[in-house]
Amino acid sequence: MSTNYKSISVASHHQTESLSTVQKLSLALLSLGGLMQLIYWFGGLTEAPSLWLWPSLLLGAVGTAWYGYDQYQNKIPGVKNNGIWFKSLTSRGSVAWMLGIILTGFYIILYWFPQYLGLGNKETGNTGLIRLFDPLSQMITGHDASQWFVYGALYTFIIFFLGLKFIWKYRYNKYQVLRTISIMFFQTIIAFLLPSVLESFSLPFNDFKNIWPLNYYFFFDWHIDELLASGNFGIFVLFWGILSFLVLTPILTYFYGKRWYCSWVCGCGGLAETAGDPFRQLSDKSLKAWKIERWMIHSILVFVFLMTALVLYTRFTGQANFLFLNSGAVSNLYGFLIGSAFSGVIGVGFYPLMGSRVWCRFGCPMAAYLGLLQKTKSKFRITTNGGQCISCGNCSTYCEMGIDVKAYAQRGQDIVRSSCVGCGICSAVCPRGVLRLENAGNDIDKRAKETRAMFGDFE
Amino acid sequence: MKVIIIGNGIAGSNAARYIRKLGDHEIFMVSGESEYPFSRTALMYIYMGHVQFNGTKLYEDFFWQKNRITLLKKWVSKIDYTSKSVIFDDGSSLPYDKLIIATGSKPNKFGWPGQDLKGVQGLYTLLDLESMEQATQMGVDHAVIVGGGLIGVEMAEMFHSRNIPVTFLVREKKFWDMVLPADEAHMVSEHILKHGIDLRLESEIAEIIDDGNGSVAGVITKAGEHIKCNFVGLTVGVSPNITFLKESGIEINRGILVDEYLSTNIPDVYAIGDCAEIRMPKPGRKAIEAVWYTGRMMGQSVAQTICGKPTAYDPGLWFNSAKFFDIEYQVYGEIIATRQEITQTFYWQHPELEKSIRIDFKKDSKQVIGFNLMGIRFRQEVCHHWIKNGTTINDVMQNLALANFDPEFYDEYEEQIVAAYNKECGEQIKHQGKRNLSLVNRLLSKI
Repeated sequence: MSTNYKSISVASHHQTESLSTVQKLSLALLSLGGLMQLIYWFGGLTEAPSLWLWPSLLLGAVGTAWYGYDQYQNKIPGVKNNGIWFKSLTSRGSVAWMLGIILTGFYIILYWFPQYLGLGNKETGNTGLIRLFDPLSQMITGHDASQWFVYGALYTFIIFFLGLKFIWKYRYNKYQVLRTISIMFFQTIIAFLLPSVLESFSLPFNDFKNIWPLNYYFFFDWHIDELLASGNFGIFVLFWGILSFLVLTPILTYFYGKRWYCSWVCGCGGLAETAGDPFRQLSDKSLKAWKIERWMIHSILVFVFLMTALVLYTRFTGQANFLFLNSGAVSNLYGFLIGSAFSGVIGVGFYPLMGSRVWCRFGCPMAAYLGLLQKTKSKFRITTNGGQCISCGNCSTYCEMGIDVKAYAQRGQDIVRSSCVGCGICSAVCPRGVLRLENAGNDIDKRAKETRAMFGDFE
Repeated sequence: MKVIIIGNGIAGSNAARYIRKLGDHEIFMVSGESEYPFSRTALMYIYMGHVQFNGTKLYEDFFWQKNRITLLKKWVSKIDYTSKSVIFDDGSSLPYDKLIIATGSKPNKFGWPGQDLKGVQGLYTLLDLESMEQATQMGVDHAVIVGGGLIGVEMAEMFHSRNIPVTFLVREKKFWDMVLPADEAHMVSEHILKHGIDLRLESEIAEIIDDGNGSVAGVITKAGEHIKCNFVGLTVGVSPNITFLKESGIEINRGILVDEYLSTNIPDVYAIGDCAEIRMPKPGRKAIEAVWYTGRMMGQSVAQTICGKPTAYDPGLWFNSAKFFDIEYQVYGEIIATRQEITQTFYWQHPELEKSIRIDFKKDSKQVIGFNLMGIRFRQEVCHHWIKNGTTINDVMQNLALANFDPEFYDEYEEQIVAAYNKECGEQIKHQGKRNLSLVNRLLSKI
């Protein structure tokens, strides 16, 4: 074993780890793939997109997977958080700041200026980045790409390949592995491929796991009209949408907590858990942030209910206004403020600055609904293990939802919090085996109130 | 009533918190180390870049003000028991009605030549961490760590996280084998080696060498070997941090002597945590137990006494935990002390992974007395329940999964373990337990 020691003794004593050859090579492949897409985009190219698209995707995929594999391959199983607070990218340094600006800018272009991505019309056709994805879109949907197709494709690509990296990082933790496979499945098959295939059969685009109120346009006039015009399939989607909100969600949340959705199924959660994993420690753990969170997320829940009620009122009465509220204006406002600005621009753009779950924590009305169910009617809690907590703060630090897990653990109190998405990372990083996510109905009210960590006697 | 607490570690902080819970007394907590109480056990995670200092604070800053606990960042130079006041090194003083001394430990130094050189230090306080960070910034090419205890292995992991090569000198045959049974000590020793640490067992230092400018240049072992290094970590245990109290009239042996109410020989003066030495420890327990958990319990206990509810300190069943690089360790009850004559041990180790379970039980009655876990998490409440109720090893084996606290979907070893037990002890137990919290709750609510 002393050979290991020698190989380390030549390493630099500086805090920054130097890159291995494999890491350099894999990052080079990834960068080349990205560069190809940028050239095609900013060059405003229109020719031979296949010759650019496939190699760029291949380079990106191989580069990302290889990098992720190499990063954790020869490591002994365990927590891999060394230097998180020293690296610029993961501690709000200059790299993080720049990345935040670039991501935010990308979302602004995506939502409001898709022409800069190269979105054309039927006559002119697409150029640039959107043109680049035409071959893939043609293959799956049978027509040219839109900005949403490009976004969906990149989104899925990122969840899939950074998901592989995440699995490799946590490959000794089966909860993390299974959860991530589930996320990758739902994003790739249910959110990306299935809706695209539906489109190719001239059926309405539908992501079956995107449940109202996260899917805020579900009850919009145009959407209901589209469903009603699609025969049995449309009726099924309508039925499924209502059923999943009213029946499926409360039942699954009762048994498993909101995690069944937020960290096993949801696409926003999926991106947060994979691409967002390096930023989970940046969430604000203060009591003040928790107060703001409760006000914001519940206000948005009220907003979405109100807006939907207005829209349905207009549909059934034909009146555009209820009192002074115009349903069209209110739904437009919601779409702009919450659907686009909050969930996309801030939700993902601010990953490197505010952590990966800003949207899920402060904005998502589905999370609010699930959270109310979790808080009041669920078997799910995080159990704390007697008096073993040493208050080290790893759990709170790596809670992407900003829950001060330690505050509960150090007094031996089971954790029932509406915001907990059940990602299980607190349990994974705890050095003393104090936290376990579990479900049981028989005592939850009692154990979430009691504090059991003090004297050696627990009974 | 005015209560002063000297020391803001877990013992002092918990005392403050409970005194406030129990009454309306004026509370002052003094520390020269840090403005706000933090988790000492988390120091390593700050150095490794896992957490920030703020994340290790026991509570958010507003907590102390809200609970009207005044924090004073000062060093105490002496205590005047006759005028009942604490005197600070800036000359100011503060009177008390009740005084709690919770000054913790300091790293041991055994008089080695060169032990006070620059670059030679232990790791106990925030100031120790700062000087370790400073040394690292200046450039540590090679660190030698002396002493195979919990802080030693933490320090090794810390340097390892910064790619600094470590030579780890341990006096014992295997790492921490004065506490861990041989199998577990062997497993941990191998694990340390696997991380590339140059672990030297049965090795001690003779002296620390000066580079000519008052800094460390290397060490010489008792075997005569010269190891070049520019940092030496001294982690050969800790002892009560009470130098400023010597000859002050308070009774001291190794620590401040206290009775079961944690009172010292001086009226209205109490001592808790690492610095307290219990005159009549409970059977099987040590007079000084420098661990987090007992410090925390003493804080709670003394708070009751001070607030008019005299409470004898009862640490309950022994438990502890640690982490050796990536191997988590938990212990509940007695594992080593009374081995062999009247107790028997059952040990199971995973065929490939660094995971093991040891259960000690009485030879005659078969009642379990202790659980020792490596790489597998067990529920404290269930283990305590079994030990306190004199549950037999056969019953424990039958329901073993109830104790498991590993995350969901982890591999279940209960069947294998029970099969191994049956083979070793000639029993025919069929495992019936499930890793199910509802069943656990049912067990715990049974009297």
